[in-house]
Amino acid sequence: MNFLSEPRKWERFFWPILASALLLALWHYSVVWSGTKVFPSPREVLNGMGDLLRHHVLWRDIVDSLRRVAAGFGAAVVLGVPLGLTLGWYPAANQVVNPVMQLLRPISPIAWIPVAIIFFGVGDRAAMFLIFLGAFFPIVVACISGVSNVPSVFRRAGRNFGLTAPQLLAKVLLPAALPQILIGLRIALGIAWLVVVAAEMIAVDSGLGYLVIDSRNSGKRYDLVVAAILMIGVIGLVLDLAFRRLEKLRSVRWGFRFES
Amino acid sequence: MSLTQPVSVPAAVTTKLSVEHVSMVFERDGKSTHVLNDISLDVGDGEFVCLLGPSGCGKTTLLNAMAGFLSPTSGEIKVSGEVVRKPDPRRIFVFQERGVFPWLTVEGNIGFGLSKLPRLEREKRVAYYVKMVGLEGFEKTYPQELSGGMKQRLEVARALAVNPDMLLLDEPFGALDSITRLIMRGELLRIWEAERKTIVFVTHDIDEAVQLADRVVVMSARPATIQQIVNIDITHPRDISSPRYLELRDGIFQQIGLAHKV
Repeated sequence: MNFLSEPRKWERFFWPILASALLLALWHYSVVWSGTKVFPSPREVLNGMGDLLRHHVLWRDIVDSLRRVAAGFGAAVVLGVPLGLTLGWYPAANQVVNPVMQLLRPISPIAWIPVAIIFFGVGDRAAMFLIFLGAFFPIVVACISGVSNVPSVFRRAGRNFGLTAPQLLAKVLLPAALPQILIGLRIALGIAWLVVVAAEMIAVDSGLGYLVIDSRNSGKRYDLVVAAILMIGVIGLVLDLAFRRLEKLRSVRWGFRFES
Repeated sequence: MSLTQPVSVPAAVTTKLSVEHVSMVFERDGKSTHVLNDISLDVGDGEFVCLLGPSGCGKTTLLNAMAGFLSPTSGEIKVSGEVVRKPDPRRIFVFQERGVFPWLTVEGNIGFGLSKLPRLEREKRVAYYVKMVGLEGFEKTYPQELSGGMKQRLEVARALAVNPDMLLLDEPFGALDSITRLIMRGELLRIWEAERKTIVFVTHDIDEAVQLADRVVVMSARPATIQQIVNIDITHPRDISSPRYLELRDGIFQQIGLAHKV
């Protein structure tokens, strides 16, 4: 038997499905055997999900969460990418900004919630600000290291062909750093999706995070809590998979290793 | 041309590149390393010169100074009478194969230095050099999917496309296998004969130098000085088992202090 061989086509689907089925069974029987009154069984969660869909709450909450992520993440990209490229390009400027950034970077965006509420009040903008904070630093850091890791051969070749500094940035440094920048953007998007849920539990009254906390507070509907949690997982996965497709674009493919 | 008499470079050839008393000292961690010591060298227009020397002797440093990436600590380098101060598209540095841009296709790489040209002109030029280096059919291919030899030809094409006067090649075939390397030497000579660029070619391979160059500049270990300049007075295509070839090669072996027995 060869363990290095590619899994066969049926195996690729069979094993994950089997694993999920086993997990569901474990969940189901744990609930039945422990006789818990609080934690829902898979069937109850499914019904809860149906309830949410029928009352049109789920779609609205999903759209609200995605809208906030789009705004916060979008702002982080628009501000973070140019800043990161500039700092990577001018190491002197980086030395000035770096200490402040290293201090701000490890602070969980959740810690900013009170500050965000003072600035923006309870509402959309506070949540977007928190998402922005969570996504901004990973993007800036990825751009800085992307640009400063560009092999000197590429920079020298660019200068040899007579490029001016802005042309060098646009035609050599940016494309050369793009694979690393994309990785940073993907990590930032993942963080944005983590932060939106936390922010919605406190700063706003809609979205998937709010749905989780609200389902618990109004009548301890744990079937809805778990349904919302599962939804958060599924959407996070879809966002990540969608972003991964960008890595297969031909002009950045060289920077990634693929299994096949 | 006689095979036994050394022939000097014809005096009528104009000097393209002149290196005048160039020394180079690097300061690092408080230590200063003397890399080049009073190098003087003239290269004629359209001439093919090999810089030959042991690894780390400073021949690449000299090539970088010729390209304008480094400035000499003392002395001057002039190209067509102008002092070299920065890189210039009129003299293109060719790195080992890793110098091609992996985010651009073959066409994109060759057209890289041509953005100022109108589109039609650019496409014509790109197509011409794609053909010259034998990459037809690979126009839309990314370097990742090319072999080492193809990548190297691509880089030479990218350099030639901007129509430079000079090519500065830094061990361009060093990373290739020996068969591909032989083929590439032939290709480079064919291109050189067609385009008549001035070529300065850095190598540590004695055979490579004797097969390619009009003159071989033998450099000493660091701090590098010019030990000897050998005229290779054999017409192309060169018979690499001819007595004159072997004589010249063995002379260089001795000059470097190597007995060529393994």
